Amino acid sequence: MTDYNLSHLEELESESIFILREVAAQFEKPTLLFSGGKDSIVCYHLARKAFFPANVPFPLMHVDTGHNFDELYEFRDKLINETGARLIIASVQESIDQGKVTEEKGLNASRNKLQTTTLLDAIESNKFDCALGGARRDEEKARAKERFFSHRDDFGQWDPKNQRPELWNIFNGKKNYGEHFRVFPISNWTEMDIWQYIKKENISIPNLYLTHKRKCFVRDGVIMAKTDFIDTKPSEEIKEMQVRFRTIGDATCTGAVSSTASNIDEIINEVAATRITERGGRSDDKRSEAAMEDRKKEGYF
Amino acid sequence: MDLLRFTTAGSVDDGKSTLIGRLLYDSKSIFEDQLEAIEKASEQKGEKQVNLALLTDGLRAEREQGITIDVAYRYFATPKRKFIIADTPGHIQYTRNMVTGASTANLAIILVDARHGIVEQTKRHSFIASLLGIHHIIYCINKMDLVDYNEKVFQTLKTDLKAFSSKLKTKDISYIPISALKGDNVVNRNTNMPWYEGSTLLHSLENIHIASDRNHIDCRFPVQYVIRPQNDAYHDYRGYAGRIEGGVFKKNDEIMVLPSGFTSTIKSIDTFNGEVKEAFAPMSVTLNLEDDIDVSRGDMIVRKNNSPKQEQNIDVMLCWLSETPLKHKGKYALKHTSKDVRCMVQNILYKVDINTLHRNEEDKNITTNDIARISLRTTQPLFIDSYGNNRATGSVILIDESTNNTVGAGMII
Repeated sequence: MTDYNLSHLEELESESIFILREVAAQFEKPTLLFSGGKDSIVCYHLARKAFFPANVPFPLMHVDTGHNFDELYEFRDKLINETGARLIIASVQESIDQGKVTEEKGLNASRNKLQTTTLLDAIESNKFDCALGGARRDEEKARAKERFFSHRDDFGQWDPKNQRPELWNIFNGKKNYGEHFRVFPISNWTEMDIWQYIKKENISIPNLYLTHKRKCFVRDGVIMAKTDFIDTKPSEEIKEMQVRFRTIGDATCTGAVSSTASNIDEIINEVAATRITERGGRSDDKRSEAAMEDRKKEGYF
Repeated sequence: MDLLRFTTAGSVDDGKSTLIGRLLYDSKSIFEDQLEAIEKASEQKGEKQVNLALLTDGLRAEREQGITIDVAYRYFATPKRKFIIADTPGHIQYTRNMVTGASTANLAIILVDARHGIVEQTKRHSFIASLLGIHHIIYCINKMDLVDYNEKVFQTLKTDLKAFSSKLKTKDISYIPISALKGDNVVNRNTNMPWYEGSTLLHSLENIHIASDRNHIDCRFPVQYVIRPQNDAYHDYRGYAGRIEGGVFKKNDEIMVLPSGFTSTIKSIDTFNGEVKEAFAPMSVTLNLEDDIDVSRGDMIVRKNNSPKQEQNIDVMLCWLSETPLKHKGKYALKHTSKDVRCMVQNILYKVDINTLHRNEEDKNITTNDIARISLRTTQPLFIDSYGNNRATGSVILIDESTNNTVGAGMII
């Protein structure tokens, strides 16, 4: 500290806290999108730091496909209880029941894409004018282009070719009625930064990130967990494997990795040595070369 | 380990993508599935070599047209430092993107083709880096393999660049002969240029001293948000949340709040992890004052004997970002630190030709990518420093009130 220089984690943390405070100051009714994955856990941790000793001045919102792992629900509820956060659940099942979206059919059926409708409906019905998210630019090439403050029109759409320039640390959250913003406080963090920060701050995470035995099968080279939400072909052999998850989404589209990492240090070593990106196991990104860009334009996270 | 943000600007053929690809690849920051994906995409397009530009061109339109339209951010780390690259297109029509990328950078890499020497683009990129207050420039004399690694070529270019860059505000300038394609002097040194005794590009990036680039003298704390817990444990607590944009604030310091002029003492500097004794830029903290005075967002906390200027008439170097031209006598919303005001364009003094640095006082038509000196009048006084002294308190953005778009970026003179 004596040479007045921050470490990279301290500088990233300070940048994220600055952005969270800008959101609280510039918007009337923000929410923090919370999936229970490590990035949204870190975002929530940063929000608690940003407004300490006051409570986080906005609720969390979980867009729940109903197809998440049980461990994730348990972790979410425990964290909410311990920290006194307000949680809103936006349910994809309800959107299906109301006939707003139709469940995909077939072997690769996933509720991933359906989340967009549920999310946009929840933003509208709760009158949220800003949804904070834990997306990072290093995750995916379309995300690498997105601003910290990302404007959405009144249909919830993103216009990637027409983004507002973002200079210095001056953020322009001006909008018309009915429009909203997506804001990404951890845009500049990498997967490695997240893990180093989780270690430094001693943040608890769902056990899904640590090695465990689980019934799995392999599809298109990706290890998938066998759950009630996913059908297997007769040729897909189900066997118990030693795995962990690098990223946690809906159980139908999140691949596991073979791993023996049983604590954060071992995860950090594994991340340092790995030659595959984090989202390499996400079948939702593999649907086409611009799968993420297309979903984002429609209003996806 | 600290963080260095740098910008690279360049156009299609100058080897910028190759250089970034080389830095990422040799520092093991490109993953197999990424490489596989771009190999596939290059092959489909019928390209013979793997096109590393596809790594950074993330949007469909960019890949279709084979151009970089927008700033892309890339990340890599070595055991010494973490790096954020703002990769920007280099063509004149993307000046605004270069300005955006440069606005947060500590350092600029400018590529010079060893065969062509200083060209218009070299001057433009150098000027933008200097205008945006970047403290360090590295000129990479690239494609040395195509001039037989000839020392004379490098020395002549270095002399030319030195003469040219003496006009810039940036003082820390270095020159490295490289071949991005072959990897010479990028990450690894090799034997093709035994006459070069300086450091490799990566070594320079890892070791350039950036801690003193920030202003640690003039204390500036724009108030972002007021924290009032209103719970039992912190019943009367009022904390002023913000990020320190200059100087060092210490517990028990006497401070003054602008614009009210009220003075008080810092009771504590609070963070989630407990009190800290001192805080400096760019730390996000919460200041707790001894006295109960009126402070809100848009105010600025400073040291008693060191205030910024309070001005309503402000001259800025403006980069115009919008397709709709700047309106003389036009009114715009203006953002400066955490303060929102409105302003009117009083006067357009001159436009700068960013290739020659020539000042044109005749042409007052300011349109996309133009850089001009203008005078503004704001509805309320701003607490300003010159951009050269402090990037945060010396910068403003202009917003078109009918579209809410950010249309101008101004650096206070």
